[in-house]
Amino acid sequence: MFGAGGGTVSYEEIETTDLIIMWGSNAREAHPIFFHHALAGIRNGAKMISVDPRRSQTAKFADLWLGLNVGTDIALANGVGRYILDHDLQNDDFIAHSTQGIDAYRDSLEEWTLARTAEVTGLPEYAIAELAEAYATAESAQICWTLGITEHHTGAENVMALCNLALLTGHVGRYGSGLVPVRGQNNVQGGGDMGALPNKLTGFQDIEDDEIRAKFEAAWECTIPAKPGKHLTLMFEAMETGELTTIFCIGENPADSEADINHARKLLEGLDMLVVQDIFLTRTAELADVVLPASAGWAETEGTVTNSERRVQRSRKALDPPGEAKDDLEIINLIAERMAPGWGNPTAEEMWDELRTVSPMHGGMSWERLEEHGGLQWPCPTLDHPGTLFLHGWLWADDLEGREPAPFTVNVWRPHVDLIDEDFPLLMTTGRVLDSYNTGVQSDGYNSPIRSGEALDMNPDDAAVLGVSTGSRVEVSSRRATIDMTIRVQPDLPVGLTFTTYHFPDTTDTNQLTIEAWDKKSGTAEFKATAINVRPKVEASNNA
Amino acid sequence: MTATSRPSAERPISPVGERQVAIRTKVTVSIDGTDVSVLEGQTVLDACTAAGVDTPTICYGPTVTPVNACRVCVVEVEGSRTLVPSCSRPAEEGMVVTTDSDKVMHSRKMVLEFLGTSSDVSQADDIMGWIDDYDADLGRYDEATTQRMTDEVKIEDDLYIRAYDRCVLCYKCVEACGEDAQWTFAIAMSGRGFDSRISTEFGVTLPDSACVYCGNCVAVCPTNALQFKTEFDLRKMADWRPEDQTITQTVCSYCGVGCNLDLHVQDNAIVKVTSPSDHSITHGNLCVKGRFGYQYVQNRPSA
Amino acid sequence: MPEVAVTDARGTDAERNAVADAIAIQSPGLITFDAIGPALTFDGDRIARSGAERIFNRRHLLLPVLHAVRDAVGYISEGGANEIAEALQVPPAEVFGVASFYELFTFEQPEAADVVHVCDDTACRIQGANGLIDELRADGVVVHGSPCLGLCEQAPAAFVQRTGQQHVSVRTATKPAVDAALAGQVTVPIAPVPQPSDALTLLARVHDAAAVDYEGYVSTGGYEALANAVTMTPAEVIEQIGDSGLTGRGGAAFPTGFKWSAVAGEDGPRHLVVNADESEPGTFKDRVIMEHDPYSLIEAMTIAGYAMGAEQGWIYIRGEYPEATRSLKSAIAEARSKAMLGDDVGGYSSQGNGFRFDIELRMGAGAYICGEETALLNSIEGYRGEPRNKPPFPTTNGLFGRPTAINNVETMVNVNQIMLLGGEGFAQRGAGRSTGTKLFCLSGHVRVPGVYEVTYGATLREVIDLAGGPVGDLRAILMGGAAGSFIGADMLDVPLTIEASREHGFSLGSGVIMLLNDSVDFDDFVARIAQFFRDESCGQCVPCRVGTVRQSESLLRIREKGAAVETERVLLDDFAKVMADASICGLGHTASGAILSAFDLGLIGASS
Repeated sequence: MFGAGGGTVSYEEIETTDLIIMWGSNAREAHPIFFHHALAGIRNGAKMISVDPRRSQTAKFADLWLGLNVGTDIALANGVGRYILDHDLQNDDFIAHSTQGIDAYRDSLEEWTLARTAEVTGLPEYAIAELAEAYATAESAQICWTLGITEHHTGAENVMALCNLALLTGHVGRYGSGLVPVRGQNNVQGGGDMGALPNKLTGFQDIEDDEIRAKFEAAWECTIPAKPGKHLTLMFEAMETGELTTIFCIGENPADSEADINHARKLLEGLDMLVVQDIFLTRTAELADVVLPASAGWAETEGTVTNSERRVQRSRKALDPPGEAKDDLEIINLIAERMAPGWGNPTAEEMWDELRTVSPMHGGMSWERLEEHGGLQWPCPTLDHPGTLFLHGWLWADDLEGREPAPFTVNVWRPHVDLIDEDFPLLMTTGRVLDSYNTGVQSDGYNSPIRSGEALDMNPDDAAVLGVSTGSRVEVSSRRATIDMTIRVQPDLPVGLTFTTYHFPDTTDTNQLTIEAWDKKSGTAEFKATAINVRPKVEASNNA
Repeated sequence: MTATSRPSAERPISPVGERQVAIRTKVTVSIDGTDVSVLEGQTVLDACTAAGVDTPTICYGPTVTPVNACRVCVVEVEGSRTLVPSCSRPAEEGMVVTTDSDKVMHSRKMVLEFLGTSSDVSQADDIMGWIDDYDADLGRYDEATTQRMTDEVKIEDDLYIRAYDRCVLCYKCVEACGEDAQWTFAIAMSGRGFDSRISTEFGVTLPDSACVYCGNCVAVCPTNALQFKTEFDLRKMADWRPEDQTITQTVCSYCGVGCNLDLHVQDNAIVKVTSPSDHSITHGNLCVKGRFGYQYVQNRPSA
Repeated sequence: MPEVAVTDARGTDAERNAVADAIAIQSPGLITFDAIGPALTFDGDRIARSGAERIFNRRHLLLPVLHAVRDAVGYISEGGANEIAEALQVPPAEVFGVASFYELFTFEQPEAADVVHVCDDTACRIQGANGLIDELRADGVVVHGSPCLGLCEQAPAAFVQRTGQQHVSVRTATKPAVDAALAGQVTVPIAPVPQPSDALTLLARVHDAAAVDYEGYVSTGGYEALANAVTMTPAEVIEQIGDSGLTGRGGAAFPTGFKWSAVAGEDGPRHLVVNADESEPGTFKDRVIMEHDPYSLIEAMTIAGYAMGAEQGWIYIRGEYPEATRSLKSAIAEARSKAMLGDDVGGYSSQGNGFRFDIELRMGAGAYICGEETALLNSIEGYRGEPRNKPPFPTTNGLFGRPTAINNVETMVNVNQIMLLGGEGFAQRGAGRSTGTKLFCLSGHVRVPGVYEVTYGATLREVIDLAGGPVGDLRAILMGGAAGSFIGADMLDVPLTIEASREHGFSLGSGVIMLLNDSVDFDDFVARIAQFFRDESCGQCVPCRVGTVRQSESLLRIREKGAAVETERVLLDDFAKVMADASICGLGHTASGAILSAFDLGLIGASS
């Protein structure tokens, strides 16, 4: 978005908004407590529209569900943009005062008539119009998204296309309105805040900015490379070319979570040196030369995490870690001590206080204050600053607080990469379910009564054509691999689309099927669209 | 004339869901002869608390809509023929409230006698305390002819149990499962009168119902009728030791919403997970992962 | 709302069709509901519409749909409930929670397609109900004991709940009469009003069989009251109601004009609800009006709708009143076809004072508590019939949260008289707060049971004399029903007014005067009253949920275990006090009145 990467709103705002658009987000299952706030909004009279290829558990709460074709979000957003402009529903004052680039944006929408948008998205024209009208005429509105928008090879452009709609209507920078990316992992926001991004230093400060680098170099007494590093997908490319030979992997399980997993595993195996620091012997750890047993950050160590409303909160130690496991921080300190004797063993709070001196947006967040306020939302530059409820209020200031107007972007729709054809006639999309989490490393630990295991969800019509029913074992092939799966017939999917998760890699290695096509800006792979072929397994069907 | 608008559009789904946007003025209420000021919209219970008067409550909770079912919080309000549930009656300017009259004391004592003779309240510490405080006499009821709730404990999974012989039908679990938080509606009040029970449809087991195991019902239960299986098992082994437990607040390890967890730890093991009801993120509510997904840090090699 | 998740049980075709039909027959009486459409609807496999507004908008169909499924197959099966849940998008746990609140819905395949409910409550109990039950059971008929069926003047009474056929009531029930009803015989009821027409005002039409038809109603002065009303402004109509001194006849005696002006003063839309859930044991007057003069209720409601600017009228009638239901249903349809209900009632718009009003008829399903006005509102809305906490009151937050006037049937038909006589003219009869005439339901040990209409102020003795006097040696009179109290013969000369009865410690309530002679086993009779409250408590609040049970246990200890009256009395006084002081609604407040009065009169423990 226009500036630091974070949700523009606070959870409480969705409780008073008029229109909630869940676009590529199944928050009901993936972010249940955020969805509680949305439900409070519904209780207060908000309408909800869901844009999702699946009629997900979230879509079932919506007043209107639009089941668009997978990977046509830019087309739909552009179509909605054009409709708003064609019908003069845009916020002209806001556009004139707070934005730039409207003309180029308008020109880029030329193609996206209702008819063309309907053709590409598979949605009826009236529904596209209804979405546009509802968004443009709402007093306040939020667009919330998650991986349904970002796990595409055009992920970053998908986001930008949605941002355009907010700029067109002024639904950003005001209490109740905003753009809401909900984070998938407990500290993915905090990781970004801390500078665990290839092109940013702590506090979203640009690594290519000489002044900023100089500030950090002075504070850290070291030289910082002037060029951005590599994100995960580029790292795998660098492994392939032999440029990257050593990996220190902390708390990540790429040997299960990467798309086109067989390829990824081969590359990890080919490294000169792989060090894994984790609380479990994950599949990645199994490939490692050295494994450093860590502790569970949320229950066995002290520290902070940042959530999707930019709230930095304290996490605390409640348990002693098992065996020789050590706090991540202590492990890093020990390594640092070997590399630079005299480093010592600073505590989490000491590290945090150092960070506050170089990251202005965290400057006012002493541990004492975090304690007192139940967390603080960045930016919070000084000790008397209350934290920031919503971002981009400057868009509504008379002088824009001296900033450049927010830019519209031009986003060209390109279909997903792994297209269906005669050999691979069905599309498979992936997602999460309520009681499981990512590769199951954590969520497998408890015995959920509602867990039904991995399955390939399929529309009844498709199942009938294949002659399969719930429980049928099938062979599922993509252009990369073939695995066995179990069918679950599910009327919530449109014809031609199937759905599964990758929560159970030990039994169903879904990511053998997925494609490594990735977004060049975010490095996120296109988990959402894989062309597949499904064949009933003969031996299974005869034994009944 | 034109058609009137739809009732549902006009009807706030619940008044407590409405955000207070107007600037609130203060109202002054007399509590047992002492004047206290509270904000307009606050309740008589809030006024009692402000006046330093302890008021027993059972069906009231900070995160659920009061159903006014238990009637243990009743007070006398001048001008009202019957007693008034303090937990839900808004305080009004000039209200004269008495909390210690014979009428109030008698009603509270009787409510406690009624609960104590119909449900097993032995694990409801507050209620047990009030039974003493209000001189409720459970012994004057003839056991042979006094009907109790005698439901057998329902153990249907590893996460929580339902012991409806401990239930006082306060509705809080129904509210938490419904519009006050979770919107799952797996349970509802069924039947009528003394035979009313919290139930799934046709009494089907929880795994067969719409239940998603958020445990938000367990969190609001005042009598331990809903109980985490960990606690239930430890109690069975006589090893539930709240006095030896620590409670540490931290942040959930799953998605990026950032829910606050209170980890209840006994012997270096998590035995219960709750969330603070006054935190702006959770309001005391969690999902199945946050509530029960902690086992992975407990799979310790035995020493 | 979440899309409902149901168990695997599916409904049969019969159940599915019953659900679909009940939803499809959107009553033309529901004029204030936009046609928003089904709770969940699809356009192909890419578009779905649902959401909170649609679902709440359909929720009020829950009770009618439950009736439809019950009537089609005889019970609510798990599969049938699932069909309902999916069609209305009401969670299955709530469908079950609501259905299980009502006595007339059961959840297992019944032993017989038709169930006979025999009243074994107060009046029928002393007229041989238990003997009839034994006789029927001996013959293999499936019989349920029932609380009062509102047929006390023709005790004992039965209600035959049939499957796939219309329900019927059996008056002066005998085994042959019940057999005939089970065989499909429907008898036309005769008005149990012994007074001649010229002695009657509110009931002046009940002896005229033609009055149940529109033409007959009009030819006997029908719709003249409405014609008078529309010559006035709505505010003037309410003023006349105020001047008349009319008070609620359901028991609480609240001034009607006051209620109406409160509702009229709130922002619309407003609702008018008529409480025809006549369930107070010993009460049957509203039934007589609805069975024999349905248009008088419709006309009075229309006037009320005009006066308050309420376009939507509702009648909530108890489920055990099949004949009254049919009479009203047909009259409402006929009134609509004559444009006396609808978008331009009576064509008055051509005179510049047109208005819109229509009536939706809803049936209860066996729950005394739904006579409590806020429980009634919840029941219409498709929720459990649990009373609401007050304040706020229905005049501001009533049906669907809108301003709502709720009046009893008898109260309502008085409105016609006020429009004919003028407020002051109406107030000429009676005195003080007790103006106009009052209907009394005489039953029990009285020579000619029935509904009697007398001017407020007649003495109890005079009313009983009208009914031919007592049978046998009068021991006590139950005034006001189970929620009322027993009085002795020393009260016979008290004038029957709101003021005088209150002064003498009893209430006229719903107009029940049940005479009990010395043949009555009062320990049993009073224990049955305690049982009634125990059965009918909704269970929401602790004082009433447990108090009614403890009270009933106490009386059973006296009756069956010979427990000491003095000891039990201490407990009963404590129970009574907490129920009266701390219950949510009138059921708990009044659940001990009759019982304690029986002790005070020395009726209890006398037989042992």
